[in-house]
Amino acid sequence: MVEEKERQGLTISLCLPTLNEETTIGKEVVLFRSELMSRYPLLDEIAVIDSGSTDKTIEIAQSFGADTYLADDILPHLEKKKGKGENLWKSIYQLKGDIIVYVDADIKNIHPRFAYGLIGPLIYRPEVKYVKGFYDRPLTLSNVTRPSGGGRVTEILTRPLFSLFFPELTAIIQPLSGEYAVRRGVLEEIAFPIGYGVETSHLLDVYGKYGMEAFAQCDLDQRIHDNKSTRDLGKMSFGILQTFLTRGKEMGILDLHKDYETIFRQFQAVKSEYDVVEHHITEDERPPMNTIPEYRKKYNLDG
Amino acid sequence: MTPFENPVLDAVIQEIPGLISSTESIREILLANLAMLGEVPSPSFHEERRIRLLLDRFTELGLSKTSIDEVGNGVGVIDGQGGDKNIMLVAHADTIVPETVNHTFTITPEEVIGPGVADNSLGVAVLATLPYIFEKIGYKPNNNIILVAGTKSLGRGNLEGLRFFLSNGKMPVSYGICVEGVRLGRLSHKSIGMLRGDITCRIPEQYDWSRFGSSSAILTLNEVINKINDIRLPKRPKSSVVMGSIEGGTSYNTITTYARLKFEIRSESAELTREIADRIEEITTEVTSGHSETVELDIFARREPGGIAFSHPLVRSTRKIIKSLGVEPHLAPSTSELAAFIDKGIPAVTIGITEGNRMGEDKESITIEPVYKGLAQLIATIKAIDGGACELN
Repeated sequence: MVEEKERQGLTISLCLPTLNEETTIGKEVVLFRSELMSRYPLLDEIAVIDSGSTDKTIEIAQSFGADTYLADDILPHLEKKKGKGENLWKSIYQLKGDIIVYVDADIKNIHPRFAYGLIGPLIYRPEVKYVKGFYDRPLTLSNVTRPSGGGRVTEILTRPLFSLFFPELTAIIQPLSGEYAVRRGVLEEIAFPIGYGVETSHLLDVYGKYGMEAFAQCDLDQRIHDNKSTRDLGKMSFGILQTFLTRGKEMGILDLHKDYETIFRQFQAVKSEYDVVEHHITEDERPPMNTIPEYRKKYNLDG
Repeated sequence: MTPFENPVLDAVIQEIPGLISSTESIREILLANLAMLGEVPSPSFHEERRIRLLLDRFTELGLSKTSIDEVGNGVGVIDGQGGDKNIMLVAHADTIVPETVNHTFTITPEEVIGPGVADNSLGVAVLATLPYIFEKIGYKPNNNIILVAGTKSLGRGNLEGLRFFLSNGKMPVSYGICVEGVRLGRLSHKSIGMLRGDITCRIPEQYDWSRFGSSSAILTLNEVINKINDIRLPKRPKSSVVMGSIEGGTSYNTITTYARLKFEIRSESAELTREIADRIEEITTEVTSGHSETVELDIFARREPGGIAFSHPLVRSTRKIIKSLGVEPHLAPSTSELAAFIDKGIPAVTIGITEGNRMGEDKESITIEPVYKGLAQLIATIKAIDGGACELN
């Protein structure tokens, strides 16, 4: 794979978006640097793009040799926004690779395959533009690992929505997985929701522009991570649904007669009292990177 | 030249600061090997997957002879440049951690945390990394270096893998180095006599629960333990009975029908080891005769005391190497892999690589910083042997 990558003159960047990942980031950087830079030079850079961690994430990543950036310091004149999608979008400007591989930083059983498995189809199949990872998602229960469950938002929200409106996209086994590799030419052309909806919007946009032929999927075996609470999944679903409605309207598939609300309400019980908790969640978006003047200049898009 | 003059060893010791720097530069390679190997469960008798991964590493590094033998040992050979000796490094590939435990490791700049990381995933990771270090420092040993990850080493395994290799290997072993994750400074060159066994207590299904006397397997086992505790042990030769583990029972209110004690007899004297074992056998018979429970003694592992002398050039060289690191050698007898070398009359030592904490727990850890010294110590010891500094005159 390295030989073929070099023959094609490709450069490949690995982006690890972070927010307080001190327990897992060290192993991720160590494994990727050791296996895919020192032993097999498949990656040209490993970068952590951080949303403002208050723990030792940055310090640990630096100590093991990763390049680290604060998302706010990239294109600093733009209005500051917080979210994983913001980090991914800014990585397009900051990183140099022709291919960018995104891997979540909270994976406990990280393995080099999480990167090389996603890169392979892009190196060997020129028609492939976007490679998505999938896996069995075990929940981690105390210290016993059992191979079932997980992916709840996928099964109760994303998959039903895709089945209703984009049946071809149901072929994507883990549409919300945070592990994917994409060609720069594709990344710079699509808009990025800054929050939970970024993966959903990628799939819809790439599908809309290039069709299913652009996708490949890679079996990454297992992914062990801390499981989110049902309340957190509610917030996540709210954000994803916003992105879906926005895209559906833009693509002429949905006809919305009013703007949707951006306040998500949940209840919490204290003894016999029920309190309403309101979350203001707006899936703000960044425009395609190739519309940003600094990017056009840096990558010489105007000749 | 007096026995205390050793120009080969002196030259090796001069190289140690450079070796420490070299090993620092391969930190990520070692830690990646440690995480990848250590996260593959490898309880005794089920080490296949970890061994397979190790063999892949050996093959990737271009080792000419890599194989898995009949008992599952993982073997790789760094070919020598014409020397006729075979220097064997062994690390036990099995751990005490059951397969069901979550084996994921955490790496911080200071330490690596995870079940079995120190005992002995680090030892196996060192074997996986050593050929890479040799290449990096441009070291081509004169003699063959045999790297062996031994299987079925712990508990009932009773060093089966290593014993098989030493009895059946086609390359006669001239020297042995047992690599343990912890502790740096450890130097074992003698094995103490050891007998290891289980005492199990079972209550028959048709037990008369109204009968006066012991009403559970735990109480009967307790009686056995008390009697073992009463065995008078001499101050010299040093001897002890280690009560390693007890198990039995299921809940607060269920009478226990099965209980087990895991114990180990240790002694500098082979005769005394056998005498203590005889006394424990008498105790189990005596307790059985008083009740309708069955108390069984099963001794499944034995080590004879022995080893090479403190003044042996291998021990002397290793001691000087450890001292040159600014670490005080801690001499202690061993009951582990060393015993298999001793049984075959092969000069061997056990050394440790770094510091460790919370041994045997899910959050077992190793400290990263001392690892560089630990690796430098190991390479220097190999170089000393390879250069002839450890030959008996």
